[in-house]
Amino acid sequence: MTKILVDGVEVDVPSDFTLLQACEQAGFEIPRFCYHERLSIAGNCRMCLVEVKGGPPKPQASCAMSVKDLRPGPNGAPPEVFTKSPMVKKAREGVMEFLLINHPLDCPICDQGGECDLQDQALVFGVDSSRYHENKRAVEDKYIGVLVKTEMNRCIHCTRCVRFTAEVAGTGDMGAIGRGEDMEITTYLESAMSSELQGNVADLCPVGALLPKPQSFRGRPWEYQKTETIDVMDALGAAIRVDSRGREVMRILPRINDLVNEEWISDKTRQIVDGLKTQRLDRPYIRENGRLRPASWQEALAAVAAKTKATPASRIGALVGDLAAVEESFALKLLAEQLGTPNLDCRQDGAKLNPKFGRASYLFNATIAGIEQAGAALIIGANPRKESPVLNARIRKRWLRGDFKISLVGERADLTYDYDYLGAGPESLLQFIRSAAPAEKLLVIVGQGALARDDGEAVLTLAAQAAQSLGGVSDGWNGFSVLHTAAARVGALDLKFTPGAGGLDARAMAKSGALDLIFNLGADEIAIEPGAFVVYIGAHGDRGAHRADVILPGAAYTEKSGLYVNTEGRVQRAFRVVFPPGEAREDWAVLRALSGALGNPLPFDSLAALRRRLVETHPHFAQVDEIAPGEAAQIVALANHPAVAMKDPFAPAIENFYFTNPIARASAVMAECSALAQGRLAQAAE
Amino acid sequence: MSVRRLAEGQPESFEFTPENRAWLDTQIAKYPDGRQASAVVPALWQAQKQNDNWLPQAAIESVADALGMAKIRVLEIATFYSMFNLAPVGKYFIQLCGTTPCLLAGSDEIIDVLQRRVGPQRRVTDDGLFSWLEVECLGACCNAPMVQINDDYYEDLTAENFEKLLDNLAAGRPVKTGSQIGRVSSEPVGKLTSLTSLYGDGAK
Repeated sequence: MTKILVDGVEVDVPSDFTLLQACEQAGFEIPRFCYHERLSIAGNCRMCLVEVKGGPPKPQASCAMSVKDLRPGPNGAPPEVFTKSPMVKKAREGVMEFLLINHPLDCPICDQGGECDLQDQALVFGVDSSRYHENKRAVEDKYIGVLVKTEMNRCIHCTRCVRFTAEVAGTGDMGAIGRGEDMEITTYLESAMSSELQGNVADLCPVGALLPKPQSFRGRPWEYQKTETIDVMDALGAAIRVDSRGREVMRILPRINDLVNEEWISDKTRQIVDGLKTQRLDRPYIRENGRLRPASWQEALAAVAAKTKATPASRIGALVGDLAAVEESFALKLLAEQLGTPNLDCRQDGAKLNPKFGRASYLFNATIAGIEQAGAALIIGANPRKESPVLNARIRKRWLRGDFKISLVGERADLTYDYDYLGAGPESLLQFIRSAAPAEKLLVIVGQGALARDDGEAVLTLAAQAAQSLGGVSDGWNGFSVLHTAAARVGALDLKFTPGAGGLDARAMAKSGALDLIFNLGADEIAIEPGAFVVYIGAHGDRGAHRADVILPGAAYTEKSGLYVNTEGRVQRAFRVVFPPGEAREDWAVLRALSGALGNPLPFDSLAALRRRLVETHPHFAQVDEIAPGEAAQIVALANHPAVAMKDPFAPAIENFYFTNPIARASAVMAECSALAQGRLAQAAE
Repeated sequence: MSVRRLAEGQPESFEFTPENRAWLDTQIAKYPDGRQASAVVPALWQAQKQNDNWLPQAAIESVADALGMAKIRVLEIATFYSMFNLAPVGKYFIQLCGTTPCLLAGSDEIIDVLQRRVGPQRRVTDDGLFSWLEVECLGACCNAPMVQINDDYYEDLTAENFEKLLDNLAAGRPVKTGSQIGRVSSEPVGKLTSLTSLYGDGAK
């Protein structure tokens, strides 16, 4: 620790802190454009100049000078930094004037207006007039993809976007060509960016040069109602802020949560906004003579009740989809218990995860932040880049720090970091377990591609054996980590929403003739064969609704409050942003109404009562934002099972990153991204 | 300087000749493992030499592949340095210094010659022999005005001797590099004006 005086305030900071960090510690704000906490230091905007005593006698870029670069005074007095001296004021005004020489005065038509760093800082640190009368520089706008619009006249060359794509996203899409006044930010010959995190460059851009394209000219930031909630597009549970205006969701932005998503979100999380408005189920439907016709709630509930009463319990099944909150899964489970059916499942992809092995057997035990502590990694049947791009960025972050050997079994894909490719299937994994040397703090990531197959349980056991024998489980470290793809999965597994004694699993339920009545709570990734009467409760007219005999319209994730448990087992609360459209209702209320129509109402009348009931039986759901950790002993126990895996190579869990759920499939923006990605794949194959 | 873009007409492909590839491997070997990108400037330079003194897109991509770099990283470098030509140049690529000392010593006259005989900047003559570009100081101020033609400097130019030089180049006759008025390196023109007497050991 080093003592330093900032404007007379003494602070004690680590010697590798930058002056900018030391100033912030002391409570003084330093203006900046190029500096960003999560990117490397560039030092090229010069906005953060300060005056120092104990260093060079000229304005210093505080982002690029560390505390240890300053010398103490002759009598050992601590070095001093001034953030308000006349020299600093003049320096800032000068830098701001330079930045504004070429910056257009188009704030009134700029989408960044109102949340623009340059606007704000020009107001606070700039001067009131310009001394430059020359023409401003004109720069051609660039095409860099379907998610980010460019307005390159406004660019101030902070290079945050370049550093982001090179460091965090790992695709190296963007760069600065030319030099001096002719420097331009662009992608390689204006090709589209290839990262699943590319939307973040628009957030990083301190001016209006890079803007989210789908939200062009839609609204001003001060018009929006801002709701802090949780994302459900993948199992990461990224912290997001949803901006809405009236009844419409306008945009989705990341929030900072260092334990989960730092401050990034994937493009799917950000840009499915238009999918929330299209293909919506806003009234109940009943299938008559092979066609779905609109119906009233009474009719629809009566039709379901009549069918339920006429069906024996053993012929009834219940499925939970990928986007369901814990509350509605719990309500459906209570309903199924009332009806007396053992046919429950939340694993529509057929993943062989089972609560009977203990909670540790299906959690990302290492935790997302824990990836950075790992010493080596073994990825089994997962493509983290597709299954959770933000988590993949965390793996890359660890890999960039060096001394991190990654081995992979499964699909060979570009993950943005180097890895040893072991092979495609379980036998390569087995060989690795037998031959590899143990590593300190091994991280074993098991993907759904390795588990959603007939021998999934054997693969899970093999993965546990790998963790146990190769250093994945030790004192204070549990590296056995299941990477989920569905936001609802861990919560539903916590509820034991799996087949009871003699019950059928999802794949068996979907078989023709297996069941007569299926309650489908938003399971759209499973094809239910003809035969059963399907009651679909969900928000979007997708596969599930097409197969349904009765549709009870539910709420999308932005339209309901609920708990979600992410892949590491962290319980997080999502909040309602807007109301569901038309006659659609929150899913738990639909299930409660359905139980009423069946003549045996579920024992709650409000979400609060439902939550109370939930917490009584499952106390860990009360620990919001916390993880109830899995026990390492369960991994050891799991590893002791006999395991005979087949030879088939692991198939990817996600075919198309942009189409993994009904909301994404309803989004035109995602379709555009998908078409671009497919084009890139075709090009790469040529 | 001005905005630099890749040329319109681009060759289909580019491949290092086996000799150049072998040479490039020796350059790459100079750097530690994982730092192959350090060889990017020599690699681009060699590619440019191989391709009639200009860098096509295919060469940029081929260098990126050879060094395991993102293509944009190589493009950044190729557009940053003016010594990389992104469009075809003449067989004799003339870089004329127009910075202050050369300007004072009469580079305007040389420019007139070039404009008359070669045409505007960046345009290759129909016979493919010449193209020219005004550049910043090339560091031969004492022998101003000067031009660089391909790898060599031609100094102490006047309109007359420069025109003769171009004639000789066009006709394929041998030409003299360096000073065109016969002075040795940067010694004074004419007789010595200072240090006129010998000194040290030679004085005895």
